[in-house]
Amino acid sequence: MIKTIIKKGAYFDSVALMQVAKKLNSLNGVLDSAVVMATKENKGIIKASGLLTPEILKAGDSDLAVAVSAKSPAAAEAALKAADELLARKPARSASGGDRKAAGLDDAVKMLDGANLAVISVAGRYAGALAAECLEKDLNVMLFSDNVPVETEVALKRAAVKKGLLLMGPDCGTAIINGAPIAFANSVRRGNIGVVAAAGTGLQEVTALISNEGAGISQAIGTGGRDVKQEVGGLMLLQALKLLAADTATEALLIVSKPPHPAVLKKIMAAVKLIKKPVVAVFLGGEIKERIKEDFYPAKTLEEAALKAVCLGKGWKLLRAREIIYDMNLKAGELAKKEAARKKKASCLRGLYSGGTFVSEAQVILPEFISGIRSNAPLDKKFKLKDSLRLSGHAVIDLGEDEFTVGRPHPMIDFSLRNKMIVSEGAKPEVSVLLLDLVLGYGSNLRPLEDILPAITEAFRRNRELSVVASVTGTETDPQVRSKVVKGLEAAGVLVMPSNAAACRLAGEIIRQGARK
Amino acid sequence: MNLFESELKVINIGLESFRQGLADSGVKSVQAQFKPPLSGETELFARARRYSARIDKANKKAFGRVLAAKPALIGMGRALDVIPGMKKDLILHAGPPIAWARMCGPMRGGIMAALMYEGMAKNPREAEKLAASGRIKYSPCHEHGAVGPMAGIISASMPVFIVKNEAAGNYAYATQNEGLGKVLRYGAYSPEVIDRLKWMETALYPTLKAAIELLGRIDLKTMVAQALHMGDEVHNRNRAGTSLFYRAIAPAVIKTCPDTETAARVLEFINGNDHFFLNLSMALSKASLDAGRDVKDSSLVVVMARNGTDFGVQLSGTGGRWFTGPAPVPDALYFPGYTKADANPDIGDSAITETNGLGGFAIAAAPAIVQFVGGTAADAMSYTLAMYEITIGESDVYKIPYLDFRGTPTGIDVIKAARTGILPFIDTGVAHKKAGVGQVGAGVLSAPPEPFALAFEYFAKNLK
Repeated sequence: MIKTIIKKGAYFDSVALMQVAKKLNSLNGVLDSAVVMATKENKGIIKASGLLTPEILKAGDSDLAVAVSAKSPAAAEAALKAADELLARKPARSASGGDRKAAGLDDAVKMLDGANLAVISVAGRYAGALAAECLEKDLNVMLFSDNVPVETEVALKRAAVKKGLLLMGPDCGTAIINGAPIAFANSVRRGNIGVVAAAGTGLQEVTALISNEGAGISQAIGTGGRDVKQEVGGLMLLQALKLLAADTATEALLIVSKPPHPAVLKKIMAAVKLIKKPVVAVFLGGEIKERIKEDFYPAKTLEEAALKAVCLGKGWKLLRAREIIYDMNLKAGELAKKEAARKKKASCLRGLYSGGTFVSEAQVILPEFISGIRSNAPLDKKFKLKDSLRLSGHAVIDLGEDEFTVGRPHPMIDFSLRNKMIVSEGAKPEVSVLLLDLVLGYGSNLRPLEDILPAITEAFRRNRELSVVASVTGTETDPQVRSKVVKGLEAAGVLVMPSNAAACRLAGEIIRQGARK
Repeated sequence: MNLFESELKVINIGLESFRQGLADSGVKSVQAQFKPPLSGETELFARARRYSARIDKANKKAFGRVLAAKPALIGMGRALDVIPGMKKDLILHAGPPIAWARMCGPMRGGIMAALMYEGMAKNPREAEKLAASGRIKYSPCHEHGAVGPMAGIISASMPVFIVKNEAAGNYAYATQNEGLGKVLRYGAYSPEVIDRLKWMETALYPTLKAAIELLGRIDLKTMVAQALHMGDEVHNRNRAGTSLFYRAIAPAVIKTCPDTETAARVLEFINGNDHFFLNLSMALSKASLDAGRDVKDSSLVVVMARNGTDFGVQLSGTGGRWFTGPAPVPDALYFPGYTKADANPDIGDSAITETNGLGGFAIAAAPAIVQFVGGTAADAMSYTLAMYEITIGESDVYKIPYLDFRGTPTGIDVIKAARTGILPFIDTGVAHKKAGVGQVGAGVLSAPPEPFALAFEYFAKNLK
């Protein structure tokens, strides 16, 4: 039973629409829903979910389409009515009180004397032009929006570099500027470590780990994942390095990325060589062999990189990083033994991730313990999952990939899809370990425990031998408060580790120990 | 300025929740509203950007001429004698060009009234037949230096005000305002309408003409500037402007009018019609904007006008070309007994006031009529503030007390409108869709997107 309404010439921000869709999906009798602008791309997306009705097919770019699939006509009608009400609702007054909204960019610049950063999260097809305007007005830009063409990205970044400005993104989810969390970011200590990251969750993980170890962040600059590809040539990563090298508050630098294109890597290394400050770098899944300068410290994992940066920031010996990891591993080994002991047989690991960088990190760490790990975002193409919804063997999947996020909020906000998988995968007799991440901070789900615990409890109920291993990326000053979340998870039987790397090692060790039996 | 060493101040465009983390860190931020651009042709925006230096220069020139205009009322005359290109069988109307067949009810009614007033038809049936016969020619007021409210009908014998832009020497023309009730501009054609028009021709016109001659000139620009400080936006509210005009003209009427009875009736007529000044504020706007015409590469909007069917726009840099789209039905407050179903799509040349930075653009100056825009002074202010996003500059004469005497947003840049998706905000009266019923309400509307999208696309494509 699918019902549709079309609203001609109505424009809504896509995230606002996703929030409406999320609420519709929670209504009784509603199976699925889509609330989207009827663009070509969106039509393709909802076609996949079977919601593309002839009415929507006929609607145009500037029309809003609501489609509801429900158990009964009455439920569908009720949902459409609810959609109407949700869409008509005026946005609540903003966070900082009853202040006036600027009519547009010109007005905003007038209202906020000395404005120096624009955060843009409008639909991708409009974001490029808007970012160009901001650069013209000498504003640094954080471009949260995705779906910005690569040519636009290159043009924007060239313009930014010319003006000495930052153009973070597109598809840049996180940054910390002058101590303030931007978009999806954690509340961290200020300090002397400057981070440049082409990997969003990676930035969150290293900044949170650094802060939790007592060191602090001067700036954390996101570049967007495409920055290190050949087309973009690392324009913003290099620009950020230059700015941090000159920044007096930054005493050590940390670079986080998936492996850059070889030509880009060369440029990065050349730039690093010239920096008169110690530099740590992690290119997840890529190795750095050359010793380009005395105080250059490559790392294999986010955790190792973060701890090395902490040592540099605190003036400790680098050895201390290894000691911290060693201590963690000792404890994890004990835990793994206990967990493995209560299992009859060794079997499979399923990593269900909301943070993309963690999926890469897991694939760097887990092969030390187990082999044949498949993924929808594999480091090596030969391990590509054929069907991301049908997992077999060991698998780690990124639920933030486009195949899962079209038409719904990011899994760091909306847990519903992962919750379903926690129950369905956890219940499978061949699965003995679930590996999860919980990313806290601004932008993320504000009630993570309330949302995830019922699913975990249900998985445990269905599979008595199951182990659930999780990392919680966040700090005590995050709105969700890390220790509260950790306590809640532990009370439910989850093994919580201080980092994703540690969680991966524990999960891998449980499986390995089980196999020895 | 080094970002890392400055106080972080953020403009957030899109997801409002991103301001929470900033607020918790004590960072100042402003939420900027966003609308999609009017045109989907992104390469044209890039093209306009490439030519921006030249466009800016052209706009500065055109806009400078509009600001420099010195419109003054310098006399009156018969349409046939003073309006360029006026002919006996020609009727001027509001908005972009339109044939009889596509005209809305009020415009047809107005034309029928004019034909009976001219003695070319004896009754409505004859008038309608003649109007549709092809023997009568129609042309937009705007193509003859004239403007008319609502139907905007001007026929050969009608007396018109002559407004001169003393800076550039160009002229603009407008009829005398008939008042409210059953009137030609709303398409009424009953005998009382024709009688009033006759009285305006034979008593009001000669009296005012003589008075203006005695005064020599009346400075309209200063009068509008004062009216804005007295709560008018000189489109939907003209009470202050009318009073100021009355104060200026009354002594001269007494001095020049040969009989007291006529003088009294003329002054009472002006006094009894709060909108008497509207036609003058329109002619003032027209005289100012025409000075900004025909500047090559200028994206300045010099005309916004509606004929009750189409909404038309002209640009400085694209000559006499009209860009049109369907005229929307205004969002209005209706008089008792009427609803939106009775309303005619938007009509009249009066949007020339908005084109000149007045009317809806200056609504923050007119707190008495904020019920049209949501009821609070803050609502009115937000409309005016939004218009600064799409204008080239600010008036140096028309100022808004509530905004600390900031100049009104003036000179719509079609590129800015197309890029920001912000459409001009227009105050308006609402005509009944049937000829002869008259006004049924008043309200506001955003201009329709099509004419601006078309104008932008044509302008950008033809840059060379």
